[in-house]
Amino acid sequence: MTTSAAELKTTSTNRSMALPSARRLLLWTGLAVLIAWVLVPIYLVALGAFGGRLGVFRWPKSIWPSDLSFAAMSQFLAIEGVFNALVNSLIAAGLTVVFSIALGAPAGYALARYTFRGQNAYRLLVLLTRAFPLAILALPLTVSFIRLGLYDTPFGVSLIHTVLALPFAALVTQSLFMGIPREYEEAAWVFGCTRFQAFMKVVLPLALPGLAATAIFAFVISWNEVFAASILTVRERTLTAYLLRILAESPLHYRFAGGFILIIPSVLFIFAVRRYLFAVWGIASK
Amino acid sequence: MPARTSWIPYALIAPSVVFLGALFLVPLVQTIWLSFSAGEGFSLENYQRMAGDLNFALAIKNTFMLTLVVVPLQVVLALGMATMVTKLDKGRDLVLWVLTIPLGISDLAAGLAWLALLQNTGYLNSALYALGLIQGPTGWLSQETPVALFFAIVLAELWRATAIVLVILIAGLQLIPKEFAEAAEIFGAKPWTRFTRITLPLLKPSLQSALILRTVLAFEVFAVVYALGGRNFPVLAGEAYVWQNDNQNYGVAAAYAVLIMAISLAATALYLRVLRTRPEQLP
Repeated sequence: MTTSAAELKTTSTNRSMALPSARRLLLWTGLAVLIAWVLVPIYLVALGAFGGRLGVFRWPKSIWPSDLSFAAMSQFLAIEGVFNALVNSLIAAGLTVVFSIALGAPAGYALARYTFRGQNAYRLLVLLTRAFPLAILALPLTVSFIRLGLYDTPFGVSLIHTVLALPFAALVTQSLFMGIPREYEEAAWVFGCTRFQAFMKVVLPLALPGLAATAIFAFVISWNEVFAASILTVRERTLTAYLLRILAESPLHYRFAGGFILIIPSVLFIFAVRRYLFAVWGIASK
Repeated sequence: MPARTSWIPYALIAPSVVFLGALFLVPLVQTIWLSFSAGEGFSLENYQRMAGDLNFALAIKNTFMLTLVVVPLQVVLALGMATMVTKLDKGRDLVLWVLTIPLGISDLAAGLAWLALLQNTGYLNSALYALGLIQGPTGWLSQETPVALFFAIVLAELWRATAIVLVILIAGLQLIPKEFAEAAEIFGAKPWTRFTRITLPLLKPSLQSALILRTVLAFEVFAVVYALGGRNFPVLAGEAYVWQNDNQNYGVAAAYAVLIMAISLAATALYLRVLRTRPEQLP
């Protein structure tokens, strides 16, 4: 067995990591099983998405890809309504990002930098949202949304998705701003910046990566949400609402194509924010 | 922190307070009000119709069964995963990335991915056929096979939503000082003892928030079930959807919503009580 220098270093710094090779083998076997458990369904739905009508009914199936083509996928995208649904999903998710940051980040900043009366009440309001199945609140909104002209618009959907993402954004940005020493800001004030200028020039650049991660989470929350989006749309469906509606009547390979398109951005986004994942959830779950 | 209270923090939180008031508190009250109003004045008619529906008892039973099976399994599985991952030195980031991918996957997409595996001419059946266990394409997701359908949904839920428990638990594990376990090891505590006497008690706050989050979500499970079994497996949120969208009866849908909320709140209260941590128990 060869041991690299890096490995030697880590093993010497932490005794508990010096596992005997038999246990190490067991550990990696277990991890390999877990990794396969996560990846295999994604791989199989991809095969279904690119395999077309014939692929779905082939029997018995082989787990190796055979005659895959983009034709199946482009056929799916050409179905009336699919492209529109995709666009609606993107608009709703984009608006959710804008709203949850625009409303959540100032609140996070206030919680991080000030002590004020009603602080705990506000925190309670934010935490209260977690004890409720929020998407279900779309049910009574149907009536008021119809009256306000918001029903069946991506904008209306993004409003309810912002309720899901906002508490999260407020809590995460709070800890983000707490991590930026207030002395930096105070120094800027001394040099003649207004509070706003100090925030824009000093705090914002430092907070940007964390804000980007928060934005990505908001996007994923909206992109994935099914229930509220299905309740609040009829013609201008988001992709999830569209897929849910056609579940019963559409052929299997179209369903797999839809599922695959839903999965792709999530995988990329989780990769983009993997560094923040634990910090963010450590905070948001307090 | 400035001692005097200025208007600035209020101006900063005001937009989000107004927003949450309009789109969280108002609909909350509306739902309750809607559920108690049928025709004119206060009435329990919606609840009577809900309880009298054929699918009601089944939806209650199915939703509770799913939650009671899925949530504990997820916690155990996530604890196992977290323990394995923390033992890693090389490749930790990559393993964690893969294990947390399902975090970003929608419940609908998860249902569809497992449909690819479990459908009549799917990969599970192909494997069973190759092993000589079945004669040809076999259906597992219909009304005739409720047990198989239940397990299919459990699998898809485990696949999709264990990642969130894992992330919360790992975030919690990082807060536990390593010295505790090392000290216990010096005094001769076995790994299992260290796990049950040190890690688990200190992990209680994280377990609590993971359980609350997952249980609330488990009671509104919907899209996974629909993607796999259509309406063969009634659940509470699915019934609310059907009453709202197909039957256009907003009152009964609201009654279902109130029921789901009541169950979620009760579960949250239970967890807060059973798993409460006194401040002096924190490291």
